[in-house]
Amino acid sequence: MDYLTLLQVLDSTVRLATPLLLACLAGLFSERAGIFDIGLEGKMLLAAFFSAAVAYVTGSVWLGLLAGIASSMVLAGLHGLASITFRGNQLISGVAINFLAAGMTVLIAQDWFKQGGRTPSLIGGARFEPITLPLAETLQPVPVIGPLYHDLISGHTVLVYIAFLCVPATWWLLYRTRFGLRLRAVGENPAAVDTAGVSVVGLRYAAVAICGILCGIAGAYLATALQAGFVKDMTAGRGYIALAALIFAKWRPWYALSATLLFGLLQAVALRYQNIDLGGVVIPVQVMDALPYILTVVILAGFVGKAIPPRAGGEPYVKER
Amino acid sequence: MEKMPKWADVVLIPLISLILAAAISALVILGIGEDPVAAVKLMVKGSLGSTYGWGYTLYYATNFMFTGLAVAVAFHASMFNIGGEGQAMLGGLGVALVCLFVPWPHWSVAILGAIAASAVFGAAWAAIPAYLQARRGSHIVITTIMFNFIAAALLNYVLVNLLRPAGSMDPATAKFPAATNLPTLHELLAPLGISFSKSAPANVSLIIAVLACVAVWALIWRTRLGFELRAFGKSESGARYAGISPFKITMLAMLISGGLAGMMAINNVMGEAERLVLNAVEGAGFIGIAVSLMGRNHPFGVFLAAILFGFLYQGGAELALWTNIPRELIVVIQALVILFTGALDNMVRMPLERLFLALRRKEA
Repeated sequence: MDYLTLLQVLDSTVRLATPLLLACLAGLFSERAGIFDIGLEGKMLLAAFFSAAVAYVTGSVWLGLLAGIASSMVLAGLHGLASITFRGNQLISGVAINFLAAGMTVLIAQDWFKQGGRTPSLIGGARFEPITLPLAETLQPVPVIGPLYHDLISGHTVLVYIAFLCVPATWWLLYRTRFGLRLRAVGENPAAVDTAGVSVVGLRYAAVAICGILCGIAGAYLATALQAGFVKDMTAGRGYIALAALIFAKWRPWYALSATLLFGLLQAVALRYQNIDLGGVVIPVQVMDALPYILTVVILAGFVGKAIPPRAGGEPYVKER
Repeated sequence: MEKMPKWADVVLIPLISLILAAAISALVILGIGEDPVAAVKLMVKGSLGSTYGWGYTLYYATNFMFTGLAVAVAFHASMFNIGGEGQAMLGGLGVALVCLFVPWPHWSVAILGAIAASAVFGAAWAAIPAYLQARRGSHIVITTIMFNFIAAALLNYVLVNLLRPAGSMDPATAKFPAATNLPTLHELLAPLGISFSKSAPANVSLIIAVLACVAVWALIWRTRLGFELRAFGKSESGARYAGISPFKITMLAMLISGGLAGMMAINNVMGEAERLVLNAVEGAGFIGIAVSLMGRNHPFGVFLAAILFGFLYQGGAELALWTNIPRELIVVIQALVILFTGALDNMVRMPLERLFLALRRKEA
């Protein structure tokens, strides 16, 4: 494999890791506040549809992004209602949200566009275009660094840069602000937060709302940047891979970046090479497909460093026991 | 003292949840410009109006009984087995291997072999998450989700690289030998003088599914293991003090659950397709969640809810055939049922409890 091929694989790694990263950070906020969320998939899917639909109708990708975020936040609100206000089972709520999104997107897409559950292809201003960073063309002839800068770092859509900036932002918010401290506390010991006079319900709703925003961006990225339009079930299990990455990252932002880049790399390799020949031993493409999940199970099993979830995760908070 | 009478818990709450789900589904149908009343009429006619329709309804219901029971057994031990889908896929693999490589003389023997193989394969797929939960504390929901994806990749590999007949492009096994083909309801009912549609896929597995409902009921309420299972589900620490081994219960509950999910394969793989295809399960493992929640984790409730979902499935297919309503409407209804009977249970329960308390106070 030569240098340029390597750059191409890494470039598609970045593209494929972006939705995973956004969804993973979304899950991080929610789960750090003690709300398990297996509905990342559904929120992304609904956002993907509405962003593509609105971008197509208005011709403006930014309005599409807003619509995607709004629709994702509606589902996040539903999840909050079920798991915070009505103290229901958070896992069941997540499952319901995933199915709701899978069904509703096709139903509405068929009703609006009559193309068998998809939106028409997006063109021009209805899509996020790649951005060429300053000096990318000038620096390209420079050996090694030039192509690296031109092919890998420059030339992505704005959402990719936003996603990567979200990592330090999340770290700062969680570990350097009062809100972050309280958010982490509410996922570990909500009673203590309550005793300190801070609203558990308010904090958890805030976390779920942030989760909705990030899932919305992730969905919009899928439909308006990575691809040009919505197709049925286009998230294709990315919400679950993000969930796997979150466990892999042990609920920490910087680890989330490396975990999603790793899973993105696996996807990029599986996409580019069908079966990988490692000197006689052929790794079938299915192994690459299953690897994120297998790795997560291994991590969960605690054989390679133990992943301990936030202590109050999945437990509805009741003031008086 | 109970906050409300038992009948309210068992009948009233599921009924209200169902009505809420149906009302929102009707709004959705209205929203996409179709007539909900006409849609319901079409669904009833298409799924219950002929023995052909009934044949499909009962065929789907058979699948959902198995996966619903699987989820229910795990729920009783307070575990959420979301991996019914993967376990049913593996069950299909077990059925395919047994049907293809064992020369069975007659279907009545073959079905016993297939039941054993599907249950063992399904249980084996549930065993790893169960062991990790019991010994390493890995959350069973996450591991079973992961195992669904691993099962899909594994099945894909096996079908494409190992079991696909030479020269075939289709990722599926060869047709099973004729001796393993299960009799359909048409063949079963003909000697009794009842004519049943020839082309409907409902088959003898339906009887196995009903027997499985009875067996699960007996297991949970009439055996020591069932008692331990429920005790463990109510309070793990309580069960531990009573000398019940959490490891044993976790393992057994998940093995039974996985086995039941795997057994679905005698219906869809052996009874209907008569070969193993890639997407044989078609989401039935997930519908088991809705069925179990709707049926309040009771085998009889699961039986009724499975028939309801069989009706929805067949009715939804008819809708997609004759109207502009896509099949995905069933997915929406399924989601709403899970939402109202599962996640938003308290939304219905809390006002009802208050109502019953107020009524009782008035009487006193």
